[in-house]
Amino acid sequence: MTALLAVENLRKSFGGVHAVSGVSFVVNEGEILGLIGPNGAGKSTLFNLINGVMAPDEGRVIFRGIDITGEAAYRVARAGLARTHQIVQPLAGMDVLENCTVGACFGSENLSIGRARDVARETAVLVGLEDRLTMSAAQLTIAGKKRLELARALSARPKLLLLDEVLAGLNPTEVEHMIGIIRAIRERGVTILIIEHLMQAIMSLSDRIVVLNIGQKLAEGTPAEVANDPAVIEAYLGDPALAEELHGSP
Amino acid sequence: MAGALLEITALEAGYGEVQVLWGISLEAARGRLTTLVGANGAGKTTTLRAVVGSIAPWKGRVVFDGEDVTRLPAHAKAARGLVLVPEGRQLFSAMTVQENLEMGAFSKRASRQLAARLDHVLTLFPRLGERRRQRAGTLSGGEQQMLAIGRGLMSDPVILIIDELSLGLAPVVVHQLFGTLRALKAAGLTILLVEQNVHLAFAVSDHAYVIAEGRVFTDGPPATLAALPEIRRAYLGL
Repeated sequence: MTALLAVENLRKSFGGVHAVSGVSFVVNEGEILGLIGPNGAGKSTLFNLINGVMAPDEGRVIFRGIDITGEAAYRVARAGLARTHQIVQPLAGMDVLENCTVGACFGSENLSIGRARDVARETAVLVGLEDRLTMSAAQLTIAGKKRLELARALSARPKLLLLDEVLAGLNPTEVEHMIGIIRAIRERGVTILIIEHLMQAIMSLSDRIVVLNIGQKLAEGTPAEVANDPAVIEAYLGDPALAEELHGSP
Repeated sequence: MAGALLEITALEAGYGEVQVLWGISLEAARGRLTTLVGANGAGKTTTLRAVVGSIAPWKGRVVFDGEDVTRLPAHAKAARGLVLVPEGRQLFSAMTVQENLEMGAFSKRASRQLAARLDHVLTLFPRLGERRRQRAGTLSGGEQQMLAIGRGLMSDPVILIIDELSLGLAPVVVHQLFGTLRALKAAGLTILLVEQNVHLAFAVSDHAYVIAEGRVFTDGPPATLAALPEIRRAYLGL
């Protein structure tokens, strides 16, 4: 297996808050890697450091063998790394096809506008938005906006796709549908790094899981390995020692 | 033990277009301590908000003491004794400890016995008595939590609903607060508690509900739940 992305000892603080403090891991070509952890663990900050929304205080981001640490987000997108946002960010004044076309124009390939439109249409179909191509992005339902967020990122034809809570706020049927779409994307050869709070979904989607807690890597392994890791269980369920004194007392 | 004091049936709620609760049903039995546990984002706080009326339920029913209160505004519920101690305390930080406590007795019903209730709260939390004239914002985290509970008690609760008791507090304070909850329960108060530490929740409650992804994943007496692999599954999906 080859590493498509390697983050090495990444650190980022906001004032006195160490949001990410020394995180290293690798995303292998072709895999779906899940990133989980309690609220405030540093997951979204890590995404921001990887795709260039902000520069780390320390550490390196290596993508396809090239050091992209601190590169501007648009250059990272050009290099073949696209992302979605937890709070969807559609270009509200544009329709679905135009939103995806923008993604294609600023993606990994230098496409003509006509070719970009073809790529955009293709990805809109892949996420199931084919019958809403001319609908204004602002008028989509939340599920539609989530799919658009995904389609626009995918229109950039990334090698690596970062997905930040694309399942949040969807109903169970929509979740199932979205899981199918994510699997289909991977089948097309796109490597995926995914943050998700719906645990059953991320555990079934991911080949491997990295667990973050308070800005640090707590565990790494297959879904079954991390779900059985006592340190992970404690991070989610709380410290059992706190309750010991209470047992037995009236 | 006349059964459920608070009965929540098929509750659905959310924010804007985003649905968080997908049909939560649970009961808080009279005189008992009931806990809700579940991972971040599971819907615990949203459940409490929909119950006390700080957000409007989309669907479902909330019955309190035999009365359907689903559509009542929050202040009307508080006046009936359905009282929330919110997550993050939400004190009036520029006001003194005593003023915060007096704000708790805002309803007509509670204000009638203000002096007696104030005595009761200050007996329960002597520390608050020592700091009566101090501004709430200058208190330690543990003292602030005591004040938040004290303010809730000033409202003359029939059920006291507490969102996150132990979060961010030192173990010694946590034990003290849980001791207080037990004393309140022994005095007959019904309590519904959201607690992020599962072990703590199970140690003190009579009945626990495990919430995951906006639904009740499982429920039962803590002794039977603690051993279940389902608990880990609710949090970790496997």
